[in-house]
Amino acid sequence: MRPRLYWPVTLAAAALIGLLAYGVAGTGADTTLDDAMRDGKRVDPPAANLQVLGGTRTGSLADYRGKVVLVNIWASWCEPCRDELPLLEKTHKKLAREGGTVLGIDVKENTGAALTAKHEFGLSYPNLRDPDGSYVRHFGQTGYPETYVLDRRGRIAAVRRFPVTQQWLDRTLPPLLRERA
Amino acid sequence: MTRALLAALVAVALLAPAAAAAPPRASLPDVEDEVMCLECGTALNVSNSPVADEERAFIRQLIARGLTKDQVKAALVREYGPRILAEPQGSGFSLTAWLVPVAAALGALALVVGLARRWRRPAAAGSGAAADGADGGGPALDPADARRLDAELAAYDR
Repeated sequence: MRPRLYWPVTLAAAALIGLLAYGVAGTGADTTLDDAMRDGKRVDPPAANLQVLGGTRTGSLADYRGKVVLVNIWASWCEPCRDELPLLEKTHKKLAREGGTVLGIDVKENTGAALTAKHEFGLSYPNLRDPDGSYVRHFGQTGYPETYVLDRRGRIAAVRRFPVTQQWLDRTLPPLLRERA
Repeated sequence: MTRALLAALVAVALLAPAAAAAPPRASLPDVEDEVMCLECGTALNVSNSPVADEERAFIRQLIARGLTKDQVKAALVREYGPRILAEPQGSGFSLTAWLVPVAAALGALALVVGLARRWRRPAAAGSGAAADGADGGGPALDPADARRLDAELAAYDR
């Protein structure tokens, strides 16, 4: 190749390869959170203000500092999410008496559909909205539903990449509820 | 009769521009191909998932309210955010979706122009040499060779 063509062609090829690598890396799930949990570490959740479901205000996970928070990623179009909603409502009532709460984050659906499901299942716990799913991606989210438990200092202490079970809740929540802020 | 015909013509003349100016009401197929299924990462018209079905139901609700296509798209953006639109945004990393094809087209054009000029150069040089030749088919012979060739051909004819 002629010397005067060498650098432009090489730079263009490098730019295209970089773009491709960035695109491929952007589609993969972030495993940082899972790695931290495996090592027994607690990490701060991604910070963002999200719209309150059915309201005009915004809210964030930081608003619940001092409580044990069961953050549940859900959507009404997701059958396994719907299946676990009664258990989450029951857990919320129990948590509320012990200084905790369930906090739903409704993902990739319109407000009307989410509110219909909220009323259908009689959910009394607060819900935020992540309409395009860009916030929950920072948790390394791979599916629906997913649940993260925050300790009283607002750090992620447990992760559940599948629907929760009573057994998992009984094992995960009591030690965190006993901790002080 | 004439008065009635005149009134009808006036009414048509007044109403026709208004009807033509009114933006058409949206239809699902018209909107679907310009909207993404957020979970599938594909255009809504080729998506078949619970998320896509819910998006379609939402679009149908908007259409039933008599909204135009642009109003439907604006409502979708308000509800789901700008990533709902299939057309890449003109800012941030999405800008590459517009710039890379333009850059690739310019690069290809530059390559074609460069190669065309390179191919033309030897052809031009060849045609120049041909013009120098006595018979138009090659370089000119020097006088000694020309004399020798004539002698050889004359000997061959005998």
